Amino acid sequence: MAPLQLTGQVLDVRRAGMYTVLSLTAPGLAERTKPGHFLNIGIGGDESGLLLRRSFAIYQAQSRGVYGGSVDIVVGVHGKGTQWLVERRRHDNLSIVGPLGKPFTLPKDPANCILVGGGYGTAPLFMLADQLRERGCRVDVIAGAATEEKLFGTLEIKRAASTLTVTTEDGSMGVQGRVTDVLDDIITKTSADVIYACGPMGMLAAVANVAAARGVYAQCSVEESMACGIGVCMTCVLPVIGDDGITRMVRSCVEGPVFRGDRVRWSEVGTVPTDALGAPTEGH
Amino acid sequence: MSRALITSGPMGSGLNLPAVDMSTSIASFETPMPVFTASGCAAAGKELDQFFDITQIGGIVTKSVMLNARSGRATPRMAETPSGMLNSIGLQGPGIDAFIENDLAWLRQRGARTVVSIAGGSVEEYGKLAAKLRNVEGISAIEVNISCPNVEDRGQVFACDPNSASQVIQAVKRNSDTRVPIIAKLSPDVTNIVTIAQSVERAGADAVAVINTTLGMVINLDTMRPALAGITGGLSGPAIRPMAVRCVWQIHQALPDLPILGMGGIRNGDDALQFIFAGASAVSVGTVTFNDPSAPMRVQNELEVALAMRGFTTLREAIGYAHRGPDLDEVAEEQE
Repeated sequence: MAPLQLTGQVLDVRRAGMYTVLSLTAPGLAERTKPGHFLNIGIGGDESGLLLRRSFAIYQAQSRGVYGGSVDIVVGVHGKGTQWLVERRRHDNLSIVGPLGKPFTLPKDPANCILVGGGYGTAPLFMLADQLRERGCRVDVIAGAATEEKLFGTLEIKRAASTLTVTTEDGSMGVQGRVTDVLDDIITKTSADVIYACGPMGMLAAVANVAAARGVYAQCSVEESMACGIGVCMTCVLPVIGDDGITRMVRSCVEGPVFRGDRVRWSEVGTVPTDALGAPTEGH
Repeated sequence: MSRALITSGPMGSGLNLPAVDMSTSIASFETPMPVFTASGCAAAGKELDQFFDITQIGGIVTKSVMLNARSGRATPRMAETPSGMLNSIGLQGPGIDAFIENDLAWLRQRGARTVVSIAGGSVEEYGKLAAKLRNVEGISAIEVNISCPNVEDRGQVFACDPNSASQVIQAVKRNSDTRVPIIAKLSPDVTNIVTIAQSVERAGADAVAVINTTLGMVINLDTMRPALAGITGGLSGPAIRPMAVRCVWQIHQALPDLPILGMGGIRNGDDALQFIFAGASAVSVGTVTFNDPSAPMRVQNELEVALAMRGFTTLREAIGYAHRGPDLDEVAEEQE
């Protein structure tokens, strides 16, 4: 279904550790949202000097309720744009476009699923966990971050998971180390059929590698910087192998953000592989 | 001729203004509406059609296409700048054959007016591209992008040299359908843009598109290296608008009969009107589409209101209006 462009109103702003959760009215958008979809928000109003919209995974979508549909997003402050956003208050208006991108694909039959979130990459996994459970899937969650404060929603996600394993690089919470230090073991214990992952590119690459080594199907939601989010600017590309075996520089906003783990050429993200379609030939 | 009133629209509510005849022409290309997308900011129209009816604006200017499929440059390809952005895409695209078969076919079936933008690495490639488009249905005009800054060799920016620019236009003119007007897209990164405009006009260009991005650079203070993988990139957005208006003004002053498709940082109807007053016959909305995916439609509606508020009943009367001689009341004041 086509994305919508609308003006949403801030319903609620709340802190969640080092992140801020914004609840926004978004009539029509919430109903269309599937786990893994994202939206983007205009920054600073009509005359803003910050032209580029900021993209966020949709964390929760409530299609009914007194506001006729609302969505939640999780914002981490990285610069002026996200700083402006977390300073919004109840009743402020925001320009919203969404839902955008290709969402996660859900298994037709009950399957054993591992959900891996890095930092606030757990955000789109909550709706996913709920929908997987509704389909009779087993859901085990791994949440990892550098430190405890960079984790998001670990208490909340427990509700939807058979098990939750937390990893932090400094050992401030859970197992000291990275998500991939525990992933192999959990694949064995749960006889996992599918791995869903969202987080920084390095983590996704590592998760996709473990999944490939164990022969487990993986879906990874990537994080690439985008200008438009709707497929027209061509800035958010990464090398992905197509069904025909040919590598193309594809747009993560419309052909992703969710990709099959075995299709992204992780080690070459940020480059144009020499065998990619239309890659520069020598001497040109 | 009876006219509807502008009573709705983003700025029109509460106003009772006569509708404006927005029709215009770019050489022999007649269009009922004056606002276009800009090449590289609209892909081939399909994505934006989800946000507004692309048949209701002047038309779609497609992303510049080359002879062969092209991967473009490595990432990062983009950096945000004050009121603008830098891009270094490197003309990623499917190649002309796949473009004609898929993108152009879709636009034709959709009924959108289409300006096909082409880019080549050599004079010969431009000629071949023009030949490929010959006898293809559904092309309102051809934009010859001789000014993309994101080519490997900056020496190949044809629009920076009058002779190279002229050679490319001649090659396109020789190989294309004479009924389809040729629009040369110029770079502001030259000492005198009028010289280039004169040169492409003599070579047979029917119109000019003014301006392409201007070359810029950002250093990432975390990595302490250039922010873009391509090191330099094209600067666009409202930041370059005054430069663009100046270029349109200069070209219209020197060559009042050469139609201009004006662009560079147009964000709203008032911005678009500056370009029309400076001498543009039509305008393109580019980078702002990334900020507002329905911007081309919105700007067109706002432009109509902006014209009506100033008493214009046709867009054509407003083209180059800022170049007029002293107004009668000013003359009267001087005589007092």
